[in-house]
Amino acid sequence: MLNSTTSHHTERQALRVNPAKTCQPIGAMYAALGIHNCLPHSHGSQGCCAYHRSHLTRHFKEPVMATTSSFTEGASVFGGLANMTQALTNIFSIYQPDVVAVHTTCLSEVIGDDLPMMFKKFREDGKLPPGKHLIHANTPSFQGSHITGFANMTTAMVRYLCEKSGEVCDRFNLLPGYLDPADMREVKRLAAGIGARFVMFPDTSDVLDGPQTGRFQMYPQGGATVEEIRSAGDGFATLALGFWASEPAAKELEHKCEVPYELVELPIGLGATDAFVDAVRRLAATEVPGEIERERGQLIDLMSDMSQYLHEKRVAVFGDPDHVIPLVRFLVELGMRPVHVVTGTPGKAFETNVRQLLGPAGAAAKVRAGEDLLSLHQWIKAEPVDLLIGNTYGKYIARAEDNLPFVRFGFPILDRVAHRLFPTVGYRGAMRLVAGITDALLDKKDRECPEEFFELVQ
Amino acid sequence: MIQVLEQRRAQIHRKGETATPLRCDRRSVAGSVTQRACAFCGSRVVLYPIADALHLVHGPIGCAAYNWDIRGALSSGPQLHRNSFSTDLQEMEVIYGGERKLKQALEELIDRYRPKAAFVYSTCIVGVIGDDVEAVCRQVARAKGIDVIPVASEGFRGTKKTGYQAACEAAFKLVGTGDTTGIGACSVNILGDFNIAGESWIIRRYFEEAGMEVVATITGDGRVDDLRRCHGARLNLVQCSGSMTHLAKLLETAHGIPMRRVSFFGLEDTAAALYEAANFFNDSAVLERTRDLVGREVGRVYPALKKYREALAGKRAALYVGGAFKAFSLVKALKLLGMTTVLAGTQTGSPEDYELLREICDDGTVIVDDSNPVELAKFILELDVDLFIGGVKERPIAYKLGVGFCDHNHERKIPLAGFEGMLHFAREVHATVLSPVWQFVPRRSRRSSASTPSREIISPSKNPAAVEERKGLA
Repeated sequence: MLNSTTSHHTERQALRVNPAKTCQPIGAMYAALGIHNCLPHSHGSQGCCAYHRSHLTRHFKEPVMATTSSFTEGASVFGGLANMTQALTNIFSIYQPDVVAVHTTCLSEVIGDDLPMMFKKFREDGKLPPGKHLIHANTPSFQGSHITGFANMTTAMVRYLCEKSGEVCDRFNLLPGYLDPADMREVKRLAAGIGARFVMFPDTSDVLDGPQTGRFQMYPQGGATVEEIRSAGDGFATLALGFWASEPAAKELEHKCEVPYELVELPIGLGATDAFVDAVRRLAATEVPGEIERERGQLIDLMSDMSQYLHEKRVAVFGDPDHVIPLVRFLVELGMRPVHVVTGTPGKAFETNVRQLLGPAGAAAKVRAGEDLLSLHQWIKAEPVDLLIGNTYGKYIARAEDNLPFVRFGFPILDRVAHRLFPTVGYRGAMRLVAGITDALLDKKDRECPEEFFELVQ
Repeated sequence: MIQVLEQRRAQIHRKGETATPLRCDRRSVAGSVTQRACAFCGSRVVLYPIADALHLVHGPIGCAAYNWDIRGALSSGPQLHRNSFSTDLQEMEVIYGGERKLKQALEELIDRYRPKAAFVYSTCIVGVIGDDVEAVCRQVARAKGIDVIPVASEGFRGTKKTGYQAACEAAFKLVGTGDTTGIGACSVNILGDFNIAGESWIIRRYFEEAGMEVVATITGDGRVDDLRRCHGARLNLVQCSGSMTHLAKLLETAHGIPMRRVSFFGLEDTAAALYEAANFFNDSAVLERTRDLVGREVGRVYPALKKYREALAGKRAALYVGGAFKAFSLVKALKLLGMTTVLAGTQTGSPEDYELLREICDDGTVIVDDSNPVELAKFILELDVDLFIGGVKERPIAYKLGVGFCDHNHERKIPLAGFEGMLHFAREVHATVLSPVWQFVPRRSRRSSASTPSREIISPSKNPAAVEERKGLA
């Protein structure tokens, strides 16, 4: 499919070919699924909702529940108030969630629907059942990316639900960022292992990684409860993971409830996990337990064992900014050379951040935010790499480049399953990444090397 | 009866209990977890298999991202259609208009890929900001010397059905612009097969073997030049009636080509489709070759179905699919496997479709229009089904309930069309219904397992989850 790509790269202003991002609403829908008993609602045409649900289902292999305002031509001219009112009435009468988390779409944004006003009317008309909550995030598809949408919905949780009672509690707040459920679970395990008391939201573990039960649950048992999110206003601090996905909510919480926040990278790789563990340790005012130190030691042991295969290997990386930055840090820690680094999400801070990590040795690297996979492919053609890391869509490039070793990482992964259950964050997650990278490199060698170089022991 | 949204009651029937016609063809109720998509989605799925055309999505990135190569519509040649091209509209264009960006994107793409034609899909936002997409298309077409065809596929225009119509209108703009010399008397177009897993190739092979020329498969493994000359065919065979009837009607009106609704799913329907065409041409050689082909294929496949039929006899199936014609074929094919259809639903059936569906189903079969996961899950449990047939959003629901699943939508990986497709279907249904996995599902492990010895590998009493479940019920 990509056989016609050449090494000639031209800047494109008007055209996106094979994107490395998608639109805001899906991120908002995903974040909303991290609230317990919450039904995400898409205020727009019904295709948006169907697409998001299908896409999330392909990634998680789990049912994804969400409703839509089912916009018609009429609604797109006269506004979506009637659709919203009917939708909310139906949702509360039949699906009975605790929270309806509404996100907008490009359509409802452009026609200028005022969601707070719609909520107000719904409430004043006495239609909102007692104890139920409505929250909303503006998620225009023509700004930012799915990561922006996730950040906006997380911020909406703070804006609508967090409250300050005046009494600061002994818990801090953890904002995990756009992580898979398995990663959220691992973040919690590490923090709990250090002995921290915390509230995490959104939390999609036990929502989108549930066991087979023989039952269909509209609202699985996981997710942060409204009460937990409300209490975040009384937390003594917030630890936000990821500048793009989590900092806006942390800022909002500081602004609204005066909860100070600390920002660290997603705990991907050694250094970033160290920073996370250290931040949790300081917040919890405790020591890092031996068990976690052992995991760290095992990771370093694995890194040493495999370093001979990884040193100076050239890598192309693409994905979401909060993921790619610590991943690049990790690749550098492994002695590898990230030479092309791309995110589809716009934001110059990404480029600055990655450049810093690469240092003078990586001055020649291509680093670009707001870029797509055609550019990445062209750069790979011009300056080949040994390894590609990115979401499922990287497989086209890997195939076109003579089965380039390819490690799937990020969102979405539509054709493999490990991400559903096994984390890539924390020391253990980093071990999985090292294993994945070395497997990919050695598998290619085993498949393609001449018979005399085919070795039993590596 | 299970609890359903009040407004949806008339959209659900149980055969033998309800006499009034099923209410359908309605917009989804706002606030329901509908499984339906939008007009844009409908247009994309219909046109995208045209492999040597350019498909440019004019809108924000999401619309281009979510349907990027998600349907296995195979091409025997160009793979251009599998890329994702979009104008990735940003706030500035939303304010000042996206026409300039669209023009630039089109020119760049046409220069880079030299496609045979280009389709430009409008998304919701384009309809609202008022870009004159037609004018841009006309301009670029003139400058580049290829057809650049706008598709009026704004999502809010309606369900997929609306989008199908827009796609047919767009495709029809190519029809009649090619040379039809050399097209024989016994020639057909096959409409509404999208070459998922290579199904168009199977169907084409049958027709060619029977001595009938296939001028165009629309749009499976589609080519622009085939569309240009498809008006030279003498008969249109329409498979996915929901998506392609409109194009067939346009062809009938403009070029006098008669149409027949057919299905290539199941032995009975595949044979009927071939005979339908052969009888139409009334050519004794073609008829004889068709008879030979059908005889040979049925003779080959039917005995091979026996072992599946024995294993599947009496099993209960639920199906929820896009269009009604597929539902008819599935009910028949399941019957051939000895199975009973206890639930049949579609996203876009018409009143006539549901009447016909009611006729071919047994008493007690639940018939439903535009359903949602909560309903479907409750039906699966209430009707105690062994197999669910649906699409991507239904698969994990079936699995969560511990029920076998068969994708009869665009994510199927093996061809289910034609005679050999029936064998594939039987194999797939057998594999999923009798998978040993279901014995580990608490709910299923309580069921009598007499007919499926494999379920006794772990007896319910030794299955801790089942014990828990029983305690919970006690």
